[in-house]
Amino acid sequence: MTELTITLNGDPRTVPAPLTLAGLLQHLGLDPRAVVVEQNRVIVRRPSLADTAVAEGDVIELVHFVGGG
Amino acid sequence: MTDTFPTQPGDTPDTPLEIGGQPFRSRLLVGTGKYRDNLQMAQAIEASGADVVTVAVRRVDLDRTKEQGVLYHLPTDRYFLLANTAGCYTADEAVRYARLAREAGFNEFIKLEVIGDKETLLPDTEGLLAAARTLVKEGFKVLAYTNDDLITALRLEEAGCAAVMPLASPIGSGLGLLNPYSIRTIKSRLKVPVIVDAGVGTASDACLTMEQGVDGILMNTALAEAADPVLMAWAMRHAVEAGRAAWRAGRMPRRETAVPSSPTKGMLR
Repeated sequence: MTELTITLNGDPRTVPAPLTLAGLLQHLGLDPRAVVVEQNRVIVRRPSLADTAVAEGDVIELVHFVGGG
Repeated sequence: MTDTFPTQPGDTPDTPLEIGGQPFRSRLLVGTGKYRDNLQMAQAIEASGADVVTVAVRRVDLDRTKEQGVLYHLPTDRYFLLANTAGCYTADEAVRYARLAREAGFNEFIKLEVIGDKETLLPDTEGLLAAARTLVKEGFKVLAYTNDDLITALRLEEAGCAAVMPLASPIGSGLGLLNPYSIRTIKSRLKVPVIVDAGVGTASDACLTMEQGVDGILMNTALAEAADPVLMAWAMRHAVEAGRAAWRAGRMPRRETAVPSSPTKGMLR
């Protein structure tokens, strides 16, 4: 398989395979220091991003801090 | 942020605000939402003199990934970031957001909100207590946004919250301090800091709130929606200091009759 379909921030998305979470952030142009990654409801800490594979059907959330009260 | 503490005149120096073992210089805590732009936000926060600045956790907008996070616009070495769980309607959701915030942030502190109603944004106290208990167990320092209800405040303290944050009036309403009695009662009964959160609309509201003896105030909309947020932030800073000083000074008693300020002796006959 050369492509995976995942749910990324609520929307279906096709990404190249194989792919790690660090690779996904790079693919999206995101700085890993500024983003928190949740994979299938589990937080993946920054040091593990490069060792964690993205799998078909994964539900991935990418969050950060925005203005709020 | 803890090296100097502003000195007010008086017989005894004030003690710094301390939440969960962390001292803060300013008793005014501010949000970062709803400003016209990031420059205005940064200037208003600077003028407010606040040390604690709240932020929210949201999805990254994947269509606009450059410099959209609030941290690009705030010197994080200067402010203590307090993440919130705003927008959460269940305990589970709030716990999930708190965990994400801890991962994104710089500390174990969380401003816990569990909202029960979309129209008033009033807290769901049952969900709030459940989430507070879970988060305290996980090592969070929980600052719980709650009603101006003594019993809930006591339960939150028993649950191990680092601070209890009763509202002055609903979030974003600007209605000011609706129930000074409740806030005073909560303050008199709790050992943990009481920070009034939400509802303050202008400087007199902030001053009156501090005059009830509470430890601090958290506000966002009162600054962000002022015609001049930077000027309002300056006014709020001074109102909070004045209210604090007035409470410490101890106000004169209220009387139903007048008492002359000038001598009654020595009048011409």
